Amino acid sequence: MFVAAECTPTSFKGFTLIMPAISVGNVGQLAVDLIVSTLNMCRVGYIHTDCLIPMAGNNPYATFAENANDLSTNAEVYSSPELRLAVLQIRTPIIQTKSKKFCKLMVSWIKASGFSRTVVLSSSHAYQRDDQQLLGSPLRYLQTPSMQKVTGDRLKEMDWKEMETVSTFPGVTDSEQRLYIPGGGATKGLFTDSCAEDIPLVVVLIFCSEGDNIPDAFTLLNHLNTWLHLVDAPAQTQPKWRIPASWRLLFGSGIPPALF
Amino acid sequence: MATFFGEVLSVYSRAVEEDDDDLDDENEDERIHREIEEKREVHIVWCPEVAQSLEDSGSNKLQCSDLIIAVGTNAAGFLSAYVLNTESWDAVGHVSLWNERSRGSSRQSIAPLPGEPACLFYRHRDNPAVLVCQSTCYIAEDQLFQWTEKVFGCLQKRGLSVMVLSDSPVAEYKTPDYLYGSAVPFLRSLKSSASKGQALCPALEQPNILTGLPAAVLSHCQVHQIPAVLYQCYTDVISPDSITMETFKPALLCLSKLVKLEPCLSADVLRKFAIITEAQSNLYT
Repeated sequence: MFVAAECTPTSFKGFTLIMPAISVGNVGQLAVDLIVSTLNMCRVGYIHTDCLIPMAGNNPYATFAENANDLSTNAEVYSSPELRLAVLQIRTPIIQTKSKKFCKLMVSWIKASGFSRTVVLSSSHAYQRDDQQLLGSPLRYLQTPSMQKVTGDRLKEMDWKEMETVSTFPGVTDSEQRLYIPGGGATKGLFTDSCAEDIPLVVVLIFCSEGDNIPDAFTLLNHLNTWLHLVDAPAQTQPKWRIPASWRLLFGSGIPPALF
Repeated sequence: MATFFGEVLSVYSRAVEEDDDDLDDENEDERIHREIEEKREVHIVWCPEVAQSLEDSGSNKLQCSDLIIAVGTNAAGFLSAYVLNTESWDAVGHVSLWNERSRGSSRQSIAPLPGEPACLFYRHRDNPAVLVCQSTCYIAEDQLFQWTEKVFGCLQKRGLSVMVLSDSPVAEYKTPDYLYGSAVPFLRSLKSSASKGQALCPALEQPNILTGLPAAVLSHCQVHQIPAVLYQCYTDVISPDSITMETFKPALLCLSKLVKLEPCLSADVLRKFAIITEAQSNLYT
C-alpha cells in the first residue's frame, strides 16, 4: 500500500491530507498538481496498489535539469513538514471493478497514518445541476460527522454551501433524500466509508464540464485557500500558484505546418 | 446535455464512467465477479527444471542478476535477432493469462505456439542468472499489476537489474514541434531512481508518459528500489519493421556486458523477424 521513498520512515500524525478524487474534468488532480508545484513539496512515498492503472514518467514538477529525471509513478505522496501538510496525487483512473476496494484501502491508510483531517478535492457534472444550483457559486462542500466535531460550523460561517441531497425517487414527494455526486468518481464512496469509520474528512467540489479545466482547478484551489491558507495572498487578490512543467501540450502536439 | 433538436445526449467524460455511482452487489453478482476474476488471473508456468530450482531455493525465488523484458513486436523482434539468435538460450517458461483480446474463450492449458502472441521466458545456458522475457500478447489493465508482482515474486530482489525495451506509436509522442519523417523512429529512456548508470539516449521528456506493461514494471522497480532502465522506441510503422528493430541497437552496449551477441546482422536475418503485411483487404479478389 503505502511504501516510503527513503529508508527513514515518515510520520503523518496530526498532518492534514489533501487528495484528489478522479472526477469530471480531472479538476481535483489539477488542483493537487498546483499545490505540490507551488509549495515545492518533496515526495515521501508511493501508494502501490492493484486498484489503479499503472503509469510512469519523468518528474512532472521538474524545475531544473538535475531533478527532471526522477521517475514518477501513478500515485505518490508528497509532504511539507513545516506546514504539517501531506498531499496524495493520483494520476491514473481507478480500475472499474476495484473502486470499492480502493476506497477501503484509502480509508484504512488515512486511519492508520493518523491524519488530523483529510480534504478530498473533487468535481461533479455541471449539466446535472438543478434549478437552484444553476444560480450562485458552483462550489460545494461535504463534511463527515467527525469533521464537524473538529471544525464546527466554520465552513458554514465562511458562506460555504453544503452539497444538496437529491430525492431517491424524483417526482415523488416525501421520498428519502440521498447523496448524489454525478461525475464524482469515488468521491461518494470515500465520503460514506469515512463517515462509517469516523474519519474527519471534507469534500470540496466544483460543478464543471469536460474541457479546459485549468480555470476550474484555480477556482477550486483559491476557494480551498480561503480556509486552509496554504499560500499567503494579499487582501483582495488571488494567490499565485505555479503551473508545473507537465501541463505543457495538454491538448496535443504541435501542428504540422503542412496542414495549412 | 440537450442539443438544438431537443434530444438529450449523455456527456462523455475523460475521467469518469457513467455508472460510477452506487455499486451495490448482490450475492449472485459477487459470485460472477469472483469467477471472472479467477478467469483473468495471471499464472506463470515454468519448465520442470526451473520449477524444481524454485522449490529447492527455500524462498521460492530464482537467482537473477539481469532481467531483460521486451514489450511489443519490434522490441521482441530485436531481441530475437540480436540476442536469442545465438542459440545459447533455453525457453524456461511462459505466462498464461486470458483477457478479452485472447483467442478462445478461456485460458489455454498448453504452451503458446511459435508466432502466437505470448509472454515467454528464456534463460542463458552459460549464465543462468540472466533472464529474457518477450511479451507480445496484450495484457489488460487489471492484469498488469498482478503480472509484475508474480514475475518479480519469483526473482530474488538483491543484485537484480532490469532493462525494458518497448515500442510505441509516434502518434502518442507529444512535442511542441511537429516531427518530420526523418526523425522517426527514435529512442527515449527512463530510469528508476536506483539506477545509477548513464542512459544511452535522451530521457523521455515531460509531458510524455508510459503506460501498459513497461509502466507497471518500471513503477514496481521504482517503488522497490530496483535499478531499472527502459528504452522506448517511437515508430510510425504499426507492424514489426526491421528499421525500428535496429533503433534498439544502443541497448546492445549494455547487453554485450552480459551475454555474447550477434553484433552485425544481414538485412535478410532482420527481415525474417519482421512480418511482411500483405494487402489483405482487396475488394476484387
